[in-house]
Amino acid sequence: MIESGVSVIFWILAFVIIVSALLVVTLKNIFHSALFLILCLFSIAGIYIMLHAEFLAAAQVLIYVGAVSILIIFAIMLTSNLASERIVQTNKNALVAFFVCLMFLVTTIVLINKTGVWNYTGGVLPDDNIMTIGKLLMTQFMLPFEVVSVLMLAAMIGAIVLAREDKA
Amino acid sequence: MFYYLGLAAVLFSIGLFGVITRRNVIGILMSLELMFNAANINFVTFNKFILNDGLTGQLFAIFIVVVAAAEATVGLAIVLLLYRNWRGINTDNVSIMKW
Amino acid sequence: MTENAYLIPLLPLFAFVMIVFFMRWNEKLSSGFAISMILISWVMSLVILIETLGRHGEPYEAYFYITSFAGINLEIGLLIDSLTAIMLMVVTTVGACVEIYSIGYMKDDPRFSRFFSYLSLFLFSMLGLVLANNFFMIFIFWELVGLTSYLLIGFWFEKKTAADAGKKAFITTRIGDLGFIVGLLMVAVYAGTFNFGGVFDKVAAGVIPVGVLTAMGIFLFCGAVGKSAQFPLHVWLPDAMEGPTPVSALIHAATMVAAGVYLVARIMNIFVGSAEASMVVAVIGLITSFMAASIGLVQNDIKRILAYSTVSQLGYMIMALGLYGFDTASGQHSAGYVAGTLHLMTHAFFKGLLFLGAGSVIHAVHTNDIQEMGGLAPKMKITSITFMIASLSIAGIFPLSGFWSKDEIIAATLHHPVFLIFTLLIAFMTAFYMWRLCFLTFFGKPRDQHRYDHAHESPRSMTWPLIVLGFLSIFAGWVAIPWLPHGFSSFVFHGEIHHASPNIVLMLISTVVAVSGIVLAYFIYYKEKISADKLAESFRPIYKLLYNKYYFDEIYHLLLLNPLMKFANFMWSFDAGVIDGAVNGTAWLTVMWSNVKLWFDVWIVDGAVNGSGWLVRQGARMLRFLQSGSMQFYALFILIIVVLVALIKLEFIRIDIHWPVITVVFVVGVILLGVLSKLATGSEDAPSSVKQEE
Repeated sequence: MIESGVSVIFWILAFVIIVSALLVVTLKNIFHSALFLILCLFSIAGIYIMLHAEFLAAAQVLIYVGAVSILIIFAIMLTSNLASERIVQTNKNALVAFFVCLMFLVTTIVLINKTGVWNYTGGVLPDDNIMTIGKLLMTQFMLPFEVVSVLMLAAMIGAIVLAREDKA
Repeated sequence: MFYYLGLAAVLFSIGLFGVITRRNVIGILMSLELMFNAANINFVTFNKFILNDGLTGQLFAIFIVVVAAAEATVGLAIVLLLYRNWRGINTDNVSIMKW
Repeated sequence: MTENAYLIPLLPLFAFVMIVFFMRWNEKLSSGFAISMILISWVMSLVILIETLGRHGEPYEAYFYITSFAGINLEIGLLIDSLTAIMLMVVTTVGACVEIYSIGYMKDDPRFSRFFSYLSLFLFSMLGLVLANNFFMIFIFWELVGLTSYLLIGFWFEKKTAADAGKKAFITTRIGDLGFIVGLLMVAVYAGTFNFGGVFDKVAAGVIPVGVLTAMGIFLFCGAVGKSAQFPLHVWLPDAMEGPTPVSALIHAATMVAAGVYLVARIMNIFVGSAEASMVVAVIGLITSFMAASIGLVQNDIKRILAYSTVSQLGYMIMALGLYGFDTASGQHSAGYVAGTLHLMTHAFFKGLLFLGAGSVIHAVHTNDIQEMGGLAPKMKITSITFMIASLSIAGIFPLSGFWSKDEIIAATLHHPVFLIFTLLIAFMTAFYMWRLCFLTFFGKPRDQHRYDHAHESPRSMTWPLIVLGFLSIFAGWVAIPWLPHGFSSFVFHGEIHHASPNIVLMLISTVVAVSGIVLAYFIYYKEKISADKLAESFRPIYKLLYNKYYFDEIYHLLLLNPLMKFANFMWSFDAGVIDGAVNGTAWLTVMWSNVKLWFDVWIVDGAVNGSGWLVRQGARMLRFLQSGSMQFYALFILIIVVLVALIKLEFIRIDIHWPVITVVFVVGVILLGVLSKLATGSEDAPSSVKQEE
C-alpha cells in the first residue's frame, strides 16, 4: 500500500477536498461555500506536504487561506444581502453542465489511465526544499520573479482604482 | 501518481461545473480558485514523479498562486463595482450583451 | 376540213378562255368575240357537212392515243359520220342564233360577259360530245354539258328558285349518269375497249351475251333518261325554266336534251342486239311523251308549257329509236332511226324558235303567265308570226318541217298498235296545247290592259334569229320528203338504207289529227264556244292531277329528299357534337392544365420563396439561444465543443474504448439535457434578484 499506492492520509485528504469542493459549488449560502473553500484549500496544502512541497504548502496556507479567502469573505459581506440569498445557486445550465463536466472528467481520467502514468514510481527531490526554491528564484527564474512583482503592483493599483468611491 | 492526477482532475471538473453553474459572481470566482488549485496539484505531482532533481514544478505552482491571488483581487474589485451599479450580482441580470 | 374538225369545239373554248381572262370588262367585245367564234364554227360545220355528203356518209375517224389503263386504251378522237355532221349543223346554227338573240335579251344584265363565256363553254362541251369517237370521251363531255347547264340555269343565282333549279338539274341528271357509268364499266369489261367502232365490232361478232347486252343497253340508256328528261327523271326540266330564255332555247330545247337522243342513236348497234332493251327504251319514251303532253294541257306559264312540250317531243324521239331497235332486233325494217334523228333536227329548230319567241313575249309584257296576256299579235308582228309558224310546225301541218318528221315517227309505230294509238293521241294533244298557247297569248282581248299597253316588238337582235329559225322550221324538214331520191334517209341511216314508200293514208290521218287539235283549241280559247272553265270543272280530279304535274315533285320529296335531309341533319349534329366536344374538350383541358400550373406555381414557387425565408427564421429562432449574453453559457458551449473535439480526435487514436459510442452518447445527452432544462426553465420567469434588492 505504501509503495504501489498511496497512503491512507491521501484518501482522507482527498475525500475532504472533494466533498468540500462540491459544497463550494452547490451551497445556496455564499458564506458557507466560502468557508468550505477555506477547508478545501487547507486540505490541498496537506496534499502538498505529502508531495514533498513544504514551502508551497506554507505559501498556500498563508496566501490562499490567510488572504484570498478573507478577501472573498469581505467581498461577500460587502456585496450581498445575506439574509435574502435563498434562491438556488445553480442556474439553468446546471443539467447540461453537469453532464458535460462529467464527460470531461471521464475523458480525462481515461486518458490519464491510458498514458504511461503507472510507470512512474517516484523521483528524487532535493533535500532542502526551501533553499532550493530560493536559489532557483534568484538564478533561473529571475525574470518571472520580477515580472510577477510588477504584476502584483499592477493588480494592487487596479484594485484600488476600481474599488474607490466615485467622487462625482 | 495516478491518484494525485485523478484528484486534480476531479477537483478541476468540480471547479468547472461551478464556473458554469454558479449564479453569484463571487461563487464563480471561488470555483475559479478551485480550478487553479487543481492545476497546482498537477504541477507538483509531475514535479515529484517525473522530474529528477529539480523543483521547477513547485516553483511554477508558487507563481500560479501569486497570480491567482492577484487575479482574485482584481476580480473582487470588479464585483464591488458591479454591486454598486446594478444593485445585485446575479449573473442572470447581468446580460446586457444579450441580443 | 374534216381533218381539222377538232377546231370546231375548240373555237368556242377559246372564246370562253379569252372572255374570262381578258374581255370580261368589255361587253361588246365579249359578245362579238363569242359570236364570231361560233359563226366560224358554223361555217366549218357547213363545210364538213358538204364533205360528208360527198362521202355519202362514210364515217371518218381520227384519234389520238393518250394512255392505256388496265388493258383499255384511252384516246381522244373524232368520229364524223352523217349523224355527227347533222348534229354539228344543228348545234352551231341554234347556238349562233341564241348568241345573237342574247345581245338583245341580256342587254341590261350586269353579268353580260359571263353569260357569253358560259354559252361558249357550253357550245364547246356539246360540240365535243357530238364529235366523240369513244365512250370515255363522250362521258367527259357529257359531264361538261351537265356542268355548263347548271351554271346557266342558275345564272340568276340571287333568286333562290333559280339556284335550286340549277342544283335540281345537276343532281337529277347525275342520277342518270350513275347508270351511264355502270354501262360504261360493262362496256369496258365485256368489250375491252371504249372505241365505238371496236365495241360495235364485238357486238356484231356476238361475243357479248344477250343478257349482258340488254343490261348494258339499259344502263347506258339511264344516262339518256337523265339528260333528256325522260320519265322518271324529267322533273328537272320544267324547273330549269328559271334560267334566262336564251338558255332555255339553246340547252333545253335544241341541244343538251338532244344529247340523250344522240347517244341512243349513236349506240344503236347495241340496241339492235337486244330487243328487251329497245322495248324498255320505247316504253319509257312513250310514257314520257304522253305524261308530259297531258301536263302541258293545263299549265299557265308560257315557258312551262314549252318545257313539257320539249319533254313530250323528246319522248317521241326516244320512242321512235327504241321501236327501231326492237324491230331490227326482231328482223324487221323500221323507220324509227330516221324518224328519231329527223325529228331531232326539226325539233331543235322549231322548239328553239318557240322559246326565243316566248322570250320575246316575256321581254315585252314582263310576265310568264299567259292568263295575263292576250291580243298581242298586232303589237308584236314578227314575234307572233314566227311563233305561229313554229306552232304549226310542231303540230305537224303539211308542208312544214314538223309534218315530215312527225309523220316518220307515226310510221315507225305502225307495227305496234298500242304505240300507234298513243302517238296519235299525243299528236292531238300537242297541237291542242300549242294552239291554246297561241290563242291565249296573241289573240282575243287583252286580259291585262296595263301589260298590253306596255308591250312592244323586240329589237332587231332578237327578231332576226326568230326569222332565221322560222325559215328553218319551214324548210329544214324538206330534206326528208319521201319522194326525194336522195333524201335524209339516204344520208342518215342505220344498218342499211331503207326506202319506205310514202304512206299517203298515214299522212292524211296525221293531218286530220293535228287539224282537229287546232280546231278544238280554236273553239275553246278563241271563239270561246266551249268554256274552258266548265271543262276544268267537269273533269276536276283529272284537271287537278294534270295541273300538279302528277305530283311527281311531291312524291320525290317525300320518298327521297326528306329521309335524306333527316340523315344529313343527323350526321351534322353528330359531327358538330364530336367536333364541338373536341374543341370544348381541348379548351377545358387547357383551362385545367393552366389551373394545375397555377397551383404548382403558387405552391411550389411561392413555397420555395416563402420556405427559404421560413427556414432562415426557424433556424434563427433555434439558434437565438446562443446569443444569450450570458458569459457562463458561452463558457459552457466552449466546453461542450472542446469535449466533443477531444472525443472525436480520440476516435482516431486506437485506444480500445468505444469512443464513437461515447461521442454519440455525449452529443445525445447534451441535446436531451438542453431540451429538458429548456422545458424546465421555460415556465420559470427569469428570476430577478433586482427585485429582491429593492
